[in-house]
Amino acid sequence: MNAPVSSPTEFRTHADPMDTQAPAPTGLSLTGWGRWAWRRLITMRTALILLLLLALAAIPGSVFPQRTSDPLAVNAYFEANPTLAPVLDALAMFDVYGSAWFSAIYILLFISLVGCVFPRTRLHWRALRAGPLAPPKNLSRLDHAKVHVAETDAVLSTAAKHLKKGRWRVKSGDGWVSAEKGVSRETGNEIFHLGLLVVLIAIGWGALAGWHGNVVIREGNGFSNTVSQYDTFTAGRFADIEAAPAFSFDLDDFAVDFDRSETQRGTPLNFDATVTTTVPGETPLTQQLGVNEPVEVDNTKVFLIGHGYAPRVVVKDADGEVRFDDSVVFLPRDPEFTSTGVVKVPDVTPQLGLRGLFLPTAAVFEETGPISTFPAPDDPGLFVSAFTGDLGLDAGEPQSIFTLESENMQQIGLESMRVGDSWELPDNAGTVEFAGYDRWISVKVAHDPGGPWALAAIGVAVLGLTASLFIRRRRIWVVAGEESVTVAGVARGENQDMEPEVSALADNLTQSYGTPVKGGSK
Amino acid sequence: MSDQQSLAEVSNLLIYGSMLVLFFATFGFAAAFSARRTRTVDLRNTDSATVPELATAGAELATAGAETSSGGAKVPAAFAGVGDTQAPADPDRLPPGRRAGNIAIALSWLGFVLLFAGVATRGVWAERAPWGNMYEFSISSALAVLGVYLVVSIFRDVRWLGLFVIPAVLLTLGLSVTVLYTEAAQLVPALQSYWLVIHVSAAIICGGAFTVAGTLAALYLASDRAERPAKGAISRGVVAFGQRLPDAQTLDRLSYKLIAFAFPLWTFAVVAGAIWAESAWGRYWGWDPKETWAFITWVIFAGYLHARTTAGWKGRKAAILAIVGLAAYVFNYFGVNLLFPGLHSYSGV
Repeated sequence: MNAPVSSPTEFRTHADPMDTQAPAPTGLSLTGWGRWAWRRLITMRTALILLLLLALAAIPGSVFPQRTSDPLAVNAYFEANPTLAPVLDALAMFDVYGSAWFSAIYILLFISLVGCVFPRTRLHWRALRAGPLAPPKNLSRLDHAKVHVAETDAVLSTAAKHLKKGRWRVKSGDGWVSAEKGVSRETGNEIFHLGLLVVLIAIGWGALAGWHGNVVIREGNGFSNTVSQYDTFTAGRFADIEAAPAFSFDLDDFAVDFDRSETQRGTPLNFDATVTTTVPGETPLTQQLGVNEPVEVDNTKVFLIGHGYAPRVVVKDADGEVRFDDSVVFLPRDPEFTSTGVVKVPDVTPQLGLRGLFLPTAAVFEETGPISTFPAPDDPGLFVSAFTGDLGLDAGEPQSIFTLESENMQQIGLESMRVGDSWELPDNAGTVEFAGYDRWISVKVAHDPGGPWALAAIGVAVLGLTASLFIRRRRIWVVAGEESVTVAGVARGENQDMEPEVSALADNLTQSYGTPVKGGSK
Repeated sequence: MSDQQSLAEVSNLLIYGSMLVLFFATFGFAAAFSARRTRTVDLRNTDSATVPELATAGAELATAGAETSSGGAKVPAAFAGVGDTQAPADPDRLPPGRRAGNIAIALSWLGFVLLFAGVATRGVWAERAPWGNMYEFSISSALAVLGVYLVVSIFRDVRWLGLFVIPAVLLTLGLSVTVLYTEAAQLVPALQSYWLVIHVSAAIICGGAFTVAGTLAALYLASDRAERPAKGAISRGVVAFGQRLPDAQTLDRLSYKLIAFAFPLWTFAVVAGAIWAESAWGRYWGWDPKETWAFITWVIFAGYLHARTTAGWKGRKAAILAIVGLAAYVFNYFGVNLLFPGLHSYSGV
């Protein structure tokens, strides 16, 4: 799409300067080169090549794991291919869609689009206001028909009336009638391309002004929407986190059904979280949160994205004093929810650390050791290894809640427990009780101010696209000659054959006024 | 459960029945194609854009006694591009291959009805839209390809095209019943949504249109080649084959029409997928391999639409883009489902 030229016979609302092989400027004028580069960028051919490059550039992101979607897989790739991975990394193969080269292609594409669509829209707007064009000099190059008549003026006014009735935009001049139809082909085309621009801007705005965070919540526990409460939190540069809605919510209950049939054993069938959301100053609202059923609070959406088990552990010291009593989030390692986690008990001397394996349906095999054989808690088991010593919490460095820094600790024992079991630790270090388990869910809380705009824009764009693909743009002229009028037409679009419409109008005029001379096609 | 089981068996039987019928239809289409008279192409005129329109379009109306002299009444669009070059001398006698072609079309309709019933029964058995795994998606895709072909056959004489479309349908069905077959019926929670019906049905219909359009684009290349003189042994074969095909412009236009129909629908399918992804996974676009290849497919077909109006890209290059677009669509299905890990891994294989 390019700088426009108006030529009535061919509907060339945009000419391609590169079609005529505009020569590159000679000499070293910077503006000359700039203009040349700009003209070249906004040609359809350049746009087409950029489109194909964009398709090509998107491929590696599906072949290599991406940091944005699966950072663990990227780490695994580095471990498996220690020599190749750094080379690929230097080429941004693990961050394809944020890479400089991928961005360069789509930014150039959109500049090309802007350079094309704005001038084109301006011209189209002018053409719309100007109305149908005066007839071209040589009608015989078009689909045309001639009608012999005595009174050309009467024929012209009849033709105009007839065309108006057929919902053509009609303009009459000195000895001619001009009519056009289907301008929404071009309008739709421009709406589509402008719509795509709005989509890109909306997505960009959403990324800059939006924020999202992930948090794990155990049954019976709650969460309030402040940044410090999130496990991970990402905000765009212009995100107004202060203005984030101050809601909170509690996970009242969470249930999962797993398929027990032979063919899909262990597949989750249904997730059902009952949450109570509280907006300050309003009555709390109890709602169902599920996959495909996000909960919306104050323009912020809460999505259910994961779940797991949190075994409840009670630790008593040697004197029988309770030093720890809580459910601890364990992370699932396989589809059967073999889950791992750690319990840190700093309030005993020496400090106690537990590395645990929670198995909803416990089994021990020789090859695998203890694993879960079904994701539902049919026969829960907890395998614990206990460490005493220094947890390293006092050093002040932040630690992951899922790993135990055991360099300064000593393993004192291993135990397999069922719900209700207590384990008397060796060395008089106290007791560990497996008191039960809770479920947890992980939710994503997201505010994306661009999303609704992007959706609206793409909806309008698709409508425009459909118009641009299916509407035929047509022009028809009736021109008075010596005791005759000539009807001629031209169409743009897939079917450029105007003969039926031209001859229909000519026939109509013939019936009323005269005799056809000779039909003609291009 | 036994009632349930028998429903699945009925579905399977209907699909096997459809395959048998389509197998015979293929022979009918082969007979119809091989009986086609070769086009006489004016090789002096190498501008393919100007060759065909008037030269070939008149046939159907010729039998009705219409004038076909050059410059005479042009055939209405609905008849133009029919692609049957021969007008029978004796109006009471069917032209060669016509009967075989008619039988093949009738068999294809029968195959369509059986396949439709098979897919529907599968849905009844599973108590949901039958698009939960690769087996179901494949039989539905085969149904869509067949359906698009038959819908085109209502408006155009495309008996010559059956030989190229029906084997593709049979191949898809064959893969479905052998490699991809699964008894899985339950959907994971992410798939339990009315968006399954909206997003997947749109994608499947696009697949049908892209497949027929891509086939036409490939045939366009042969037909276009046949409009220029043969040079070597291979090109002689291509030319001989291409001369049995309708003229290149007819193929190009038909291919374009299908893509023009499918492209907005594909855009819609991708957007519907994004809306669904947002509610299921908390983000509307995450460059999951399936999303990436849907994007690639979209961009290639966007390129095709631009190519058709760009000097130097019309014709052959545009046709190649249509074929590449179809390849991207197919890869997004088989390649992405089976090779790449991602959120769309519901193959059931």
